[in-house]
Amino acid sequence: MSINPPSNRLWWKEPIHGIELAWIIIAFLWGVFMFFFMIAWHFIGDQNLSTETYRVNPDKFVEQVEEFANEYQVLDASGAPMDIAGTLLVRPPVGGDVYILGRLWEWWPALELKKDQSYRFHLSSADWQHGFSLQPVNINISVHPGYEHILTLTPTQTGDFGIVCNEFCGIGHHTMTGIIRVVE
Amino acid sequence: MTTIDHGTVGYTGPQVRYRTCPFTGRRIERSAELLIRANAVAAVVFLAVGGFFGLMVALTRWPAVQLLPAEWFYLVLTGHGANVLLFWIIFFEIAVLYFASAVILGSRLATPRFAWLAFVLMIAGAVMANYAVLKGDSTVMFTSYPPMMAEHWFYLSLIVFAVGALIGVFVFFGTLVVAKDEQTYDGSVPLVTFGAITAAIIAVFTLAAGAIILIPTWLWSLGFISSIDTLMYKLVWWGMGHSSQQINVAAHISIWYAIAAMVVGAKPLSEKVSRFAFLMYILFLQLASAHHMLAEPGMSSSWKIINTSYMMYLAVMASMIHGLTVPGAIEAAQRRNGFTRGMFEWLTKAPWGNPAFSGMFMSLVMFGFIGGITGVILGTEQLNVLMHNTIYVPGHFHGTVVAGTTLAFMAMTYIVVPLIFQRDIIWPKLAKLQPYLFGIGAGGISLFMMGAGTLGVPRRHWDISLTDAAIPYEFAPGAYLMMGLNGMAAILAATGGLLFVVLIVASVLAGPKLDGPGAKLAFPLHDGGAQAVSEYGSEPHFKLPGTIMLVSIFFFTFVLYYFVNWKYLSDLWLFN
Repeated sequence: MSINPPSNRLWWKEPIHGIELAWIIIAFLWGVFMFFFMIAWHFIGDQNLSTETYRVNPDKFVEQVEEFANEYQVLDASGAPMDIAGTLLVRPPVGGDVYILGRLWEWWPALELKKDQSYRFHLSSADWQHGFSLQPVNINISVHPGYEHILTLTPTQTGDFGIVCNEFCGIGHHTMTGIIRVVE
Repeated sequence: MTTIDHGTVGYTGPQVRYRTCPFTGRRIERSAELLIRANAVAAVVFLAVGGFFGLMVALTRWPAVQLLPAEWFYLVLTGHGANVLLFWIIFFEIAVLYFASAVILGSRLATPRFAWLAFVLMIAGAVMANYAVLKGDSTVMFTSYPPMMAEHWFYLSLIVFAVGALIGVFVFFGTLVVAKDEQTYDGSVPLVTFGAITAAIIAVFTLAAGAIILIPTWLWSLGFISSIDTLMYKLVWWGMGHSSQQINVAAHISIWYAIAAMVVGAKPLSEKVSRFAFLMYILFLQLASAHHMLAEPGMSSSWKIINTSYMMYLAVMASMIHGLTVPGAIEAAQRRNGFTRGMFEWLTKAPWGNPAFSGMFMSLVMFGFIGGITGVILGTEQLNVLMHNTIYVPGHFHGTVVAGTTLAFMAMTYIVVPLIFQRDIIWPKLAKLQPYLFGIGAGGISLFMMGAGTLGVPRRHWDISLTDAAIPYEFAPGAYLMMGLNGMAAILAATGGLLFVVLIVASVLAGPKLDGPGAKLAFPLHDGGAQAVSEYGSEPHFKLPGTIMLVSIFFFTFVLYYFVNWKYLSDLWLFN
């Protein structure tokens, strides 16, 4: 026995039921709204991830970060460099360039920033892919070796903010942290 | 006896044997039946392995338990992804493709030898991948992002598996040609087959994307290529990784339609609308690779917006259409069956004791509310930065792949075992319970992981207390609570999963035989249900007050949750 013949061979000529048509129109319009809202946020919103990216040699980037850290490291009264839990503390000039290096297994260096001041962040990795995850703010950005991602960030809160890694980067992945301190 | 030899029909090759199914009147060819059995059994085996790994992962991420040491955790997590996301799902999908072509169209399977070759290659690939992972030098996660490198066996195993799956997909296309040529059906293919064709077309795109990226990566692991660009890898790999989930969507929506037809006798509200929605999937779902590129450097905003929205959300619109037409078809059928009182009698009097129906309906609701809505939020260009790579992401895709696809596939298995294995479901009382255990567990996993993700908990992370980190950071107490609840929900889901595997294996080996005269099914099909699934034809007249209420609740939830996330985003540090 074969399969039953179609009840209406010309199914594509049947009219669409009112309920279905109404739902299609609603779904379509909602999609159009969501589409244009993404575009609109580029004009009305303050949280649009920068797309400024350059290819970079990972070793070269590490050198740049070290230069930056040497120049702006924070010195205590005796002239010795300060740190947070063993990680060099750096206080970049307001409005200036800030480097953060992801490597096995730390975010380096520790930064001290001023609230409500904007900084140009340079993000890249020395080795594998890492995930820059600023907590508890919850800003999450992927970091690739060989690509220098430049974005402007303006802290709007004060306090100590943790950076964890949320891209798997080997057996020490869960020990990879960093810190950004924001002061008035 | 019900096994009837019809001999050959317009075919001069080797002898083709058919039997007639006593419950559906379907003509079922022997090699199609054997291949569906083989692929379904393999699927269940890999579900058992991968599900066990999944439980280990969840118990390790429960901070108070932290079952496995770190090395084992990352290894088992790699194995979990490969076994359930790839092997369980794709073996079952190949079975679904053979079912939707040979069985539903009453045709013979094209080139059964190639279908067996496909099966052998897939088994070889899957076993090799498990070997590579368990050996310990391929702990690179399922996504295997370079420059982290796995052992070359790992990439080769995935390539072998993908080649096998691709051959299986072409056997499906060949079967469609055979059925058309031998005129086993008249006119257009049924809706369920149409949905399976959608899945198969997406599968070709998916497997091609996999080959394009995995072959060079394999050569890189052997030393023939010096480096793999990390961004290019991610873009193309997710052309496989995300699109393969779109195969699932097309396949499990076909299964929703099939189960609704077989169990309550549902017909599509209108053929044109449902097929149009599947067509939107073929055209636009492949753009989803962009969902993984929103927090990356190097992609322009216009590229992100066009791709991440599947070209102005036309594929989301398609899913919303199915979200109306599937429950709508069930409501229309139930009202025809006599359940006409009030807004929801059709639903309250539905066959909730039949695991095929209960599994299917929970899959529908959870895929929409949990997996679907959160997918759109995650895939919004700016909102992604709130959740990228947090455990919110696994929360989302457990809502789609576990609560959605896996639950639908389990539901379908309760129909496949009696009809194709000719064994009835053993222990029906336990079977009634199984979809609820697994469904509630899977829903819990999804929700609790998403809750933890909004509190910043990273995915793929062994220790959120960061004990061994130089610089300490303390996650909110709520994050620990969420991860604990996630562990408990995982135990519930694993219990449901284990029960499923035991029930299916026991039924296949020792279930009551159904090939004798007068055999009855523990979970009966609807009269004429088999006809409905293979018929074309829309419901002529219907009223759907219940479905309208359901989709209104869905739409309200969607809009509300969408704007709640924009509110969160606007409180973030400024990106200027």
